Amino acid sequence: MEKQGRGQFRDGPAAESLRFGRRFMMGDAPRGRIAERFARLAAERRAGFIPYVTAGYPTLAHTRELLAGLAEAGADVIELGIPFSDPMADGPTIQRSSQGALDQGTTVDDAFAVLAELRESSDVPVVIFSYLNPVHSRGVQTFIRRAVDAGADGILPTDLPLGADPPLEAALEACPLDLVRLIAPTTSPARVREIAGASQGFVYYIARTGVTGARAELRGELVREAGAVRAASPLPVAVGFGVSTAEHARAVGAAADAAVVGSALVDRLDDGGVAGALELARELRSALNEVRPG
Amino acid sequence: MTPSTPHTGRFGPYGGRYVPETLIPALDELAAAYAKASGDSGFLAEVDRLAEDYVGRPTPLYRARRFEAEAGVGPVYLKREDLNHTGAHKINNTVGQALLARRMGKPRIIAETGAGQHGVATATACALFDLECVVYMGTEDVERQSLNVYRMELLGAEVRPVDSGTRTLKDATNEALRDWVTNVADTHYIIGSVVGPHPFPLIVRDFQAVIGREARRQILEAEGRLPASVVACVGGGSNAMGMFHAFAGDEEVALIGVEAAGEGLGSGRSSAPLNEGRPGVLHGSLSYLLQDADGQVAPAHSVAAGLDYPGVGPEHSHLKDSGRARYVSVRDGAAERAFRALPGLEGIIPALETAHALAWVVEAGRRGEVEVPVAICLSGRGDKDVVHVAGLGDGEAGSGDGEAGPGAVP
Repeated sequence: MEKQGRGQFRDGPAAESLRFGRRFMMGDAPRGRIAERFARLAAERRAGFIPYVTAGYPTLAHTRELLAGLAEAGADVIELGIPFSDPMADGPTIQRSSQGALDQGTTVDDAFAVLAELRESSDVPVVIFSYLNPVHSRGVQTFIRRAVDAGADGILPTDLPLGADPPLEAALEACPLDLVRLIAPTTSPARVREIAGASQGFVYYIARTGVTGARAELRGELVREAGAVRAASPLPVAVGFGVSTAEHARAVGAAADAAVVGSALVDRLDDGGVAGALELARELRSALNEVRPG
Repeated sequence: MTPSTPHTGRFGPYGGRYVPETLIPALDELAAAYAKASGDSGFLAEVDRLAEDYVGRPTPLYRARRFEAEAGVGPVYLKREDLNHTGAHKINNTVGQALLARRMGKPRIIAETGAGQHGVATATACALFDLECVVYMGTEDVERQSLNVYRMELLGAEVRPVDSGTRTLKDATNEALRDWVTNVADTHYIIGSVVGPHPFPLIVRDFQAVIGREARRQILEAEGRLPASVVACVGGGSNAMGMFHAFAGDEEVALIGVEAAGEGLGSGRSSAPLNEGRPGVLHGSLSYLLQDADGQVAPAHSVAAGLDYPGVGPEHSHLKDSGRARYVSVRDGAAERAFRALPGLEGIIPALETAHALAWVVEAGRRGEVEVPVAICLSGRGDKDVVHVAGLGDGEAGSGDGEAGPGAVP
């Protein structure tokens, strides 16, 4: 199976090539599982739901329960966040969850271990969401191998913009994981096309100039911007940063292929535990089922 | 200043632009604006004019004869950056960057600060050019540098305390980056050291390079030869890069950067990434970094707030690997003793940061390891530290080896 790069998702591998059982075999890298999921969403004419989880927050046991619950609740892709000491692209909520996870002693290996456990019960695609230093520190090839062995499908480094480190980017592009790229509202149209063309699996559109965090309102221009990115991108487009409510999800889901929800879920985890977070997840899932990108 | 050459953003393998995508256009814009400005004789003349009329340059290169006698090393020259307006080298950079911000049409300035010297220098430049100014400062530093907080507020800046992480310079920098990501359209980030994503390490070095250019000329006049050693303290490393740059091509000049060993190398309470760290990515660039096995950034410690940082500028990492510069370290106690000694010997109260460079010359001089003549960058004045050091009591000085001079702070 080929890793799904530019322009390939719409005619990606057929579902039967990912038959249950085969995907859990040793050495069978989970290539294309993200593309497969987006192809299915497109066929079913509904928008995708991508929850974000900080590994180890508030404890690894919670993460284990949350990941299984999110898969059960119909997550299309899960972003598994590796906690980092200096999350410069994150607002107070993810700063708190990251620090909380580190205070619990959560390591990169712990994050991979909970992912491997999830793989015993679910084939939901998982993207490793990480700042670059934990990847760099481990050695990029070692990090990739561990991630693939644990059952990851993609990697999204927050602080590795296109062109920042060509050898490192080439290593990630060539590996079995999809290298998911970010596009920001400040990105020029020419660069939008460049990034979308270089991304793998899907493209992540950042909903606002700023850091992560739940918000009461989405920007009015977001729908138009997401539409423009989608038009320029051969890959499906997910939108995140500030997407917090079912209403937001419906708005995003009408303009893009999927909505990413992070801080709002972490906030709900704080207030209502895993049950509360899963309740919000089901609301978001249901809202996104009602819409499809135009 | 002199025009800078085009640059790839890398010093050997170090540097780069490891930032969220949102900032890429701003970094492109800044690099382009700086390339244009640094080739514009009008801009360069304005920087030079402000250096002279406003900052007070050139600063003297002063021969410290009583310090020589006490340390048993000489000749020792002090490059008096403490005599700049606002009391440290930091203003060389902030005036230049504020001019750049004005050229780019950015009305709002943000900065991070540790000791508060960069915050004060930024607030000053913003007052001069009528720019809005917000300074991020860790709450631990707000406490130990309260005088500088008040100075910034007097100058019209808003000081925003940062209570996350280690509550020091590292976290203030995170928060400044978060502000920049959010307000990038109308905001310029005046980074205070030779750190951060390209082109900051290059810009800050170029604006600080006036220190070494002057010192090189001055010591040639005074001694008829180049110094054998050039010494500067290194936190992020801006005064050191400013001092070293003009001497980089003079292979016979030893470049010595002094990191903060805090409570000792290996104690887990230090700020010496070039001595104890390994390459990693923090605040947008690849450089030596204090970090654990998992790539989590390790907390730094130094009695000097301006050195209390787990990273270091990428050009220093390259100078270390290439062997062109040597990086040593000095503990809190030795720096405090030097801080207490210099006032009584020379009538100069150095910043605690600067005191690390002085202390290394004393310690290494005692071992006969200092090649002379030596030029030390006296990067800043120590008024901001007087209350803090007085509060430490004289335990370190009293239990030490009698290094404290006659005028030691009580």
